[in-house]
Amino acid sequence: MQAFEYASPTSKEAAVKLLASEWGETEVLAGGTDLLSLMKDQGSAPKRVVSLAAVKELKAIEYNPSTGLRLGALVTLRELLDSAEVRKPYPALIEAAEGVRSPQLHSMGTVGGDLLQRPRCWYYRGGYGLLAQMDGKSLVPDGENQYHAILGNSGPAYFVNPSSFAPILIALGAKVRLFGPGGARDVSLDKFYGTPTSADQREYDLKPNEILTDILVPAAGGAKMAVYEVRQKEALDWPLAAAAVVLNLDGKTVKSARVVLGHVAPTPWPSPEAEAALAGKTVSESVAEEAGKAALAKATPLSKNAYKVQLARVAVKRAVLAAAEGGA
Amino acid sequence: MPKCKYDWPEAGERHLIGTRIDRIDGPAKSSGQAKYTYDINRPGMLFGKIVACPYAHAKIKSIDTAEAEKLPGVKVHLVQNVGTEIQWAGDEVVYVAAPTEELASDAVAKVKVEYDVLPHLVHDEDLSKVGDRGKPAAEQKSGDTVAAFKDPDAVISEGFYGTPIVTHCCLEAHGQVTEWADAQNLKVWASTQNLSGLPGAIAEAIGVPATNIEIFTPYMGGGFGSKFGPDRWGIECSKFSKEVGKPIKMMLERDLELMMAGSRPSHYAKVRVAAKKDGTITAWESDSWSTGGPAGGGKPPIPYVFNIPNQVTRHTSVSTNTGPARAWRAPNHPQSAVLTMCALDDLAAKLNMDPIEFFHKNADLASERTEVYRQELRKAAELADWQKLWHPRGDKTPGHIKRGLGVSMHTWGGRGHNSNCNVTVNPDGSVEVALGSQDLGTGTRTIIALTAAETFGLPIEAITVKIGDSKYPASGASGGSTTVGGVSASTRRGTIDARDQLFAAVAPGLGAQPDQLEAVGGKIQVKGDSSKSLTWKQACAKLGVKPVQVTGKNPGLCELGSSGVGGVEIADVSIDTETGLVKINKMVCVQDCGLVLDLKTAESQCYGALIMGITYSLFEEKIMDATTGRMVNPNMEFYKLAGIGDIGELVVHMMTGPGYDERGVIGLGEPPVISPGAAISNAVANAIGVRIPTIPITPDKVLAALEKGGMA
Ligand SMILES: Cc1cc2nc3c(=O)[nH]c(=O)nc-3n(C[C@H](O)[C@H](O)[C@H](O)COP(=O)(O)OP(=O)(O)OC[C@H]3O[C@@H](n4cnc5c(N)ncnc54)[C@H](O)[C@@H]3O)c2cc1C
Repeated sequence: MQAFEYASPTSKEAAVKLLASEWGETEVLAGGTDLLSLMKDQGSAPKRVVSLAAVKELKAIEYNPSTGLRLGALVTLRELLDSAEVRKPYPALIEAAEGVRSPQLHSMGTVGGDLLQRPRCWYYRGGYGLLAQMDGKSLVPDGENQYHAILGNSGPAYFVNPSSFAPILIALGAKVRLFGPGGARDVSLDKFYGTPTSADQREYDLKPNEILTDILVPAAGGAKMAVYEVRQKEALDWPLAAAAVVLNLDGKTVKSARVVLGHVAPTPWPSPEAEAALAGKTVSESVAEEAGKAALAKATPLSKNAYKVQLARVAVKRAVLAAAEGGA
Repeated sequence: MPKCKYDWPEAGERHLIGTRIDRIDGPAKSSGQAKYTYDINRPGMLFGKIVACPYAHAKIKSIDTAEAEKLPGVKVHLVQNVGTEIQWAGDEVVYVAAPTEELASDAVAKVKVEYDVLPHLVHDEDLSKVGDRGKPAAEQKSGDTVAAFKDPDAVISEGFYGTPIVTHCCLEAHGQVTEWADAQNLKVWASTQNLSGLPGAIAEAIGVPATNIEIFTPYMGGGFGSKFGPDRWGIECSKFSKEVGKPIKMMLERDLELMMAGSRPSHYAKVRVAAKKDGTITAWESDSWSTGGPAGGGKPPIPYVFNIPNQVTRHTSVSTNTGPARAWRAPNHPQSAVLTMCALDDLAAKLNMDPIEFFHKNADLASERTEVYRQELRKAAELADWQKLWHPRGDKTPGHIKRGLGVSMHTWGGRGHNSNCNVTVNPDGSVEVALGSQDLGTGTRTIIALTAAETFGLPIEAITVKIGDSKYPASGASGGSTTVGGVSASTRRGTIDARDQLFAAVAPGLGAQPDQLEAVGGKIQVKGDSSKSLTWKQACAKLGVKPVQVTGKNPGLCELGSSGVGGVEIADVSIDTETGLVKINKMVCVQDCGLVLDLKTAESQCYGALIMGITYSLFEEKIMDATTGRMVNPNMEFYKLAGIGDIGELVVHMMTGPGYDERGVIGLGEPPVISPGAAISNAVANAIGVRIPTIPITPDKVLAALEKGGMA
């Protein structure tokens, strides 16, 4: 890790002023559970680190049954888990937090940091850049791609978005509020992520001198929801595939559905195909299975990750069934 | 026959042996008072770091350390010279040392090394792709396999089985702190399994006599076979410390630890095995191959456990650029268990036989331990509820969760190593046992205290154990499960002699002959007459000013231990056939090791072994990238280890009592880690009706196998 300047401003205005307009110069620090390991592995070498810990307004959890939820970016996973206000209307957000089954990550990791954590691709983390390239060529297609993308993977990016919160937040229609030198702007979370085409781009629409301040979740309006993550290990591991489902039901019939997959593509992966397969149907095992098949119909697995297609299908199926049976 | 003077007490006379004793260093470890090598900081100490070769195979073209040396306080030391051919990524080229760890890391980044990159090979599962890196290494024949396989009565099973390279992943990485007391005397705090052997192993390389070198290993965070030698970093850091005139601490970072500080060799084999229709195993034929890095990989001891009458084994050694091999807890046995027990399990399935019945039927082939295996098979089956839960291949119950049971057997030696100890009984009643051994985390310290306390009739707290300093009497390396047998025997002999000297000193006062005395319950008394007794303290006071000092030795007069154990393990698993995920419901370990000294630390070895076994069966693999030749998972995130939620219920049963205790003390560290791979693989096959050929059993392999035709 290289020596850096450390700043701990107390307002978001001050924080933004401390940030450079080019990536690489400065980094924002929340809980540090991702940033510090990247810096230790020389994956990031900022000249200045700007901690948001002292910006009090970023810690709010506000719920209003008609307008919905405002989560400050610095809310920790623990605070989210402990919040009765979130648990009742948004049980799937709690499930997502529970999936990160580590007391340490719960205590230190923040919701904002979870949305902005960098990909876990082992080539990226091993020093081959965000696009995992050596001599201008990606190492992934012919390499150890068992955990890489099966959708949206025509290159040059093959990593998967690692966030457990992004899929369910997108399914709930959440927005993120970003604050920069020109003030605040809101971006719908489903438009926020993108697939980089060069290694110095980021995989989301945040400017180097902006910070994420809030996550705005519309009122759930009685929607049923669930996330399902296929995990090889119980703790300290990422899902192999995941799905988040929000169902608006009319009696037993699906009026409309949102289905978003995780860990399958460089971005969280909304599936209009699965949503169409559910619309107007009564949820059953076979309907849920069809939704899973529809979601993966266009999958293009790499040499070692065809199994993830099946896992993602199952994740969709089980999330649909759990949502229909389950909460909110 | 009269009982030998040096023996273990009879069953009725033991006050500590065979009970469950907490480890005596538990509080020190859990409170952080125990200082590991990692914790040692010396005045003026520098932090050493490694400039490692990033290529799997390369020749060093040039080394430029000028920029690094410009950093304040930074020193450099060349480890390998220009022109040297490097054989694995992570191999050390230059060491740097600096007053802080951060500065040392910066210095590493400033050293420029140029290489001529050479072609590498890092995969060996597919033997047809290794080219001239594969060399025929061994061929052995006995009996007449041709006839046995041709026998019209023969049922033949053929299969491919294997295990990839895994690492040791010791909680405490390799490394040491080196400090020169003066130009001729070196102190090393080392994380080593071989305290007493280390001075001799370093001496010549650094040009001072072994007597001038003192090693300290008061506590240790695991070795599993990877920490016997001083290693290049031990020797070169000794030199480096001398050059710079300062102590240097160099502990491997986790990535280098996983890349180069030890690989368990891979083992793959194509196996044909035959039995008569009644289940009697008749013939074995195998073509195996393995790699343990550039030196290739040796032939595994297959067929394992069963001495099959007609057999032919051929082995190919594959040289790869994957990092060097080191002994890994029961070297070659876990792999051999997979190759053999999975093949035999497939044969049993083909014969429509229950594998436990099949193993019983063939137990005669399992050397002199036939009866032990039979008892253990029965006990394990009982603890796993085998009668009720086992079913023929393929769980036919509806739904996507399939349950299965699998069994494996193993064997190990474990004779006590050479060991010397000094026993001191002081006139104030204090007792000390000192020996140049190390406690890897297995409970060695506790065993020594227990042995002494047993002999003296004292509580375990009354014994001070001194280990972890090479100036104490030499004791063997902790490898091959030899430590418990070694240190318990030397301590037992030493304490019996010391006790007898004490008896001699107090006998006249008690009006008895020394051989009429016994040491029990904190007293020295006339056997059977507690009215004629002295407290331990009173008795020791009779020594006047002269403590009793004796040396105990192993080997010595009379056998206090022996060699050779069996062991049976059963896995009970559930597989989600939609996701390919394997969940451990229960693991049963039934293990013998002769006379069990501390039942608790013995059971702990088995629990730990089961967890380690589950981990290598389901998660572990040194995953190498073909293009870069580098390990892609050299960290604790992607080098997956089981957590508490992944291990299911663990049931351990130690075989003790008549038939076991008379064998004396035998080692236990290794045997229980041998069978989990085969037992779990067999359980998965039993559940889903199809064999996953290689461990770790990951979802991709399970789904692929199911697609090809599972019964589920
Ligand atoms: C072993 C392990 C397992 C894990 N498993 C999972 C899992 O299963 N699912 C899952 O979702 N996550 C998982 N995580 C990730 C964990 O949830 C994240 O590391 C954590 O949520 C990040 O939060 P943080 O506050 O520590 O972020 P930091 O490390 O502080 O920041 C992460 C990134 O976001 C940026 N950033 C953070 N906050 C802001 C902000 N407000 N404005 C602008 N930029 C910001 C930082 O600059 C940095 O680039 C795992 C992590 C580990 C180490």
